[in-house]
Amino acid sequence: MAHDHDHGHDYDEEMGFRVAALERLLTEKGLVDPAALDELIDTYQHRVGPRNGARVVAKAWTDPDFKAWLLRDATAAIGSFGFAGRQGEHMIALENTASIHNMVVCTLCSCYPWPVLGLPPVWYKSAPYRSRAVSDPRGVLQEFGVRLASDVEVRVWDSTAEVRYLVVPRRPPGTEAWGEEQLANIVTRDAMIGVAEVQLERVT
Amino acid sequence: MNGGQDLGGAHGFGPVIPERNEPVFHSRWEERAFAVTLALGMLGRWNIDMSRYYRENRPPVEYLSSTYYELWLKGVERLAADRGLIAEQELKSGKALSSRDPALQVPDAALARKLLADMRGAKLAVPVVALFAPGERVRVKNLHPSTHTRMPRYCRGRTGVVAADHGVFVFPDTHAMGLGQKPQHCYSVRFSAQELWGAPRRDAVYIDLWDDYLEKA
Repeated sequence: MAHDHDHGHDYDEEMGFRVAALERLLTEKGLVDPAALDELIDTYQHRVGPRNGARVVAKAWTDPDFKAWLLRDATAAIGSFGFAGRQGEHMIALENTASIHNMVVCTLCSCYPWPVLGLPPVWYKSAPYRSRAVSDPRGVLQEFGVRLASDVEVRVWDSTAEVRYLVVPRRPPGTEAWGEEQLANIVTRDAMIGVAEVQLERVT
Repeated sequence: MNGGQDLGGAHGFGPVIPERNEPVFHSRWEERAFAVTLALGMLGRWNIDMSRYYRENRPPVEYLSSTYYELWLKGVERLAADRGLIAEQELKSGKALSSRDPALQVPDAALARKLLADMRGAKLAVPVVALFAPGERVRVKNLHPSTHTRMPRYCRGRTGVVAADHGVFVFPDTHAMGLGQKPQHCYSVRFSAQELWGAPRRDAVYIDLWDDYLEKA
């Protein structure tokens, strides 16, 4: 798909008119409640996003029992935080290790674990990522600054069904004394998609 | 369908370009297109597989040159008309000609929030025998349905190993076309990079595939 930010002001204006016309019609017919629309937008703009997933990962890093639960039944383990619902009904957590690197894509559309990561970024939904993540994952990872040794196995997960994947990145060395909250602050969205590693530089 | 949406393995789209400090939505119309799509979906006149089909079911040139929420908007406009929520004339003129079906329960903010938290999903509690088991070698059938499917082109005819059985799920190919749920097992199937791309790497791709897509290898 086209890179969304290539489109200019005229395009946004035209699309704005088109959405507004539809919303006006639907409101007039009583098919949507504008307050419900505001609620849906507010949920993903302010309440549900990658900070949720970061808390899950930080807990998995510090609590071996929770990590075992997360890897065995991610839907329930994630649900224990209250992170649940749309696009997170069937969760699987994938653990990155010294020998296995997992990354997630949806080559057919934009499937993404909303309750833990929020709505996907444009690059995740774009043709460059969707086309190459499966055929050239190492090339894509290099563009994100991740270079893996040839003996590391890259596992790409194409989200073609209703199962949603969360990558548990590797915990960086030097964080052994850190608490959950501090750890959660360094876990990024991209690391939980599997296109980045968690780095300490981010907070120093 | 072998449409513009089936992108795995395609060439020529260039590098992945992430945006720094990307906002959740890039403009107000995107917010509204997103919310209208979710809110209308909550009326229960169509399912998520139909939504996907309505976004991908357009000429590849148009699909690939449209922005993401533009596809959502065009999809939901067509769904609303085709599934009887609005009349064609209303969509064209933007003027309401009749009021809605009074039987519809239109979510307010509280109900919308509750429906977002719904965990029912696409997994079905019906007993269906699994045709394959973890560890078994399977080949993806060489099928080319012109309607909705979740079998990417790049794995057709390829052989993999069942890595896990996810359980019984709604089958999107029939569900998207209004032909029922056709409950069946969905598996995570592992394909080597060698098998898919002829690449001598130790890497693998895991694809979620249903019984109807697979045969014994």
